[in-house]
Amino acid sequence: MPQIAQLAATYASQIFWLLVCFGLVFFVIGRGMLPGVVSTIDQRNKQIADDLGAAEAARAAADAEEQAWRIAEGKQRAQAHDLIAAAKAEAARNTQAALDAASARIEETTAAAEARIAAARAAAQGEVQDVAAQAAQDIVSRLAGLSVSAEDARGAVQGVLAHG
Amino acid sequence: MFLRVTGTSTVAEGKVDPVHQFTIEPLFGTDHWAIAGHNIAFTNSALWMVITTLVLIVFVGGGAKKAQVPGRWQMAVEGLTGFVDTLLQSNIGDAGRKYLPYVFSLFTFILFANLLGLLPLALVGIHPFTATSHFTVTGVLAIMSFAIVLIVGFAKHGFHFFSLFVPHGTPAVMVPVIFPIELISFLVRPFSLGLRLFVAMMAGHVLLEVLSGFVISGTNAGVGTFFLAGVPSFLLMIGICALELLVAGIQAYVFALLTCVYLNDAENLH
Repeated sequence: MPQIAQLAATYASQIFWLLVCFGLVFFVIGRGMLPGVVSTIDQRNKQIADDLGAAEAARAAADAEEQAWRIAEGKQRAQAHDLIAAAKAEAARNTQAALDAASARIEETTAAAEARIAAARAAAQGEVQDVAAQAAQDIVSRLAGLSVSAEDARGAVQGVLAHG
Repeated sequence: MFLRVTGTSTVAEGKVDPVHQFTIEPLFGTDHWAIAGHNIAFTNSALWMVITTLVLIVFVGGGAKKAQVPGRWQMAVEGLTGFVDTLLQSNIGDAGRKYLPYVFSLFTFILFANLLGLLPLALVGIHPFTATSHFTVTGVLAIMSFAIVLIVGFAKHGFHFFSLFVPHGTPAVMVPVIFPIELISFLVRPFSLGLRLFVAMMAGHVLLEVLSGFVISGTNAGVGTFFLAGVPSFLLMIGICALELLVAGIQAYVFALLTCVYLNDAENLH
């Protein structure tokens, strides 16, 4: 077994070179390079944790925003409903008033027209009686040679007209 | 002085020496490289530790970009770092962060040394050397971990650290018995830590070598033994190779994990 057979001759060399090599590893890698690697890992982990935290916060903010928006939307919807209802009522009222005014006007016009018609009819009737009375006077004077007064003729015509 | 001990590659005709692969061969600096009389020649073991170090530096260096969105390489390095970080976090807690450079170096160095030693580079004539199959190497790593535990423990808790050897809720009469048992189990830690890795790596490599010896000698001995011994051994080798890759990872993990557990004792003391 060379480990034992060569022990006396090689231990100093083995120990020396091990210490040199391990020392190099320790100081160059362990003390030199490793802190950078570790800080990079830590920094990355921190960055990830921070980013996750920020994302979480952003999500919470978004949730709150959404909630607020929902409430505001509900409020606005209710407001809009009220507005629409009010407008509807207003419009109905206006329509009713306009309709009322219009129908009043129409009635008025109709009544006036009816009155005019009645007057015209009465006038026409009067004229017809006058003409008929005159005609009756003429007919009587021609046929019977009688002179009938205008009042008698008119009364006779009126009696005939009334009895139809 | 450096003893040139070169194991024989073949013990006898057709027989493979399964421990020859652990032989340390000096490459240069045998004569005059010395510290306080101890020769520190650059050996094949040292070469593979240097290769491990370089591969590790290239791997981590290539992935140590600071991109917010990592590429594949950066992802691999960050995954490995995160793995060790999680290990420390789950064993020690938040105080474990400061041991990350050490435990990461320990884990990756052992892992890469284990894996590089398994590379089938012999196909192109290069013989990989598994530095972690020598207890001189694993022992030093274990002693380092143990020393850190002791230093942290005594620096943080002073002599109160000895209360580690008296588990919570021990009846007073049992303390004289429990204390030595706990102390011994504590003191055995560096040995178990170092030997576990060394034994696991060595056993795996010996097993692969023995099986490959079966394949070679079975094939050389004729058609009958080729099908009887050579082919099954080869199939078994494929499975063992996969197992060894697993063991390479597991042993590195166990070493790092136990270091974390021991550091937790020092850091949190029950």
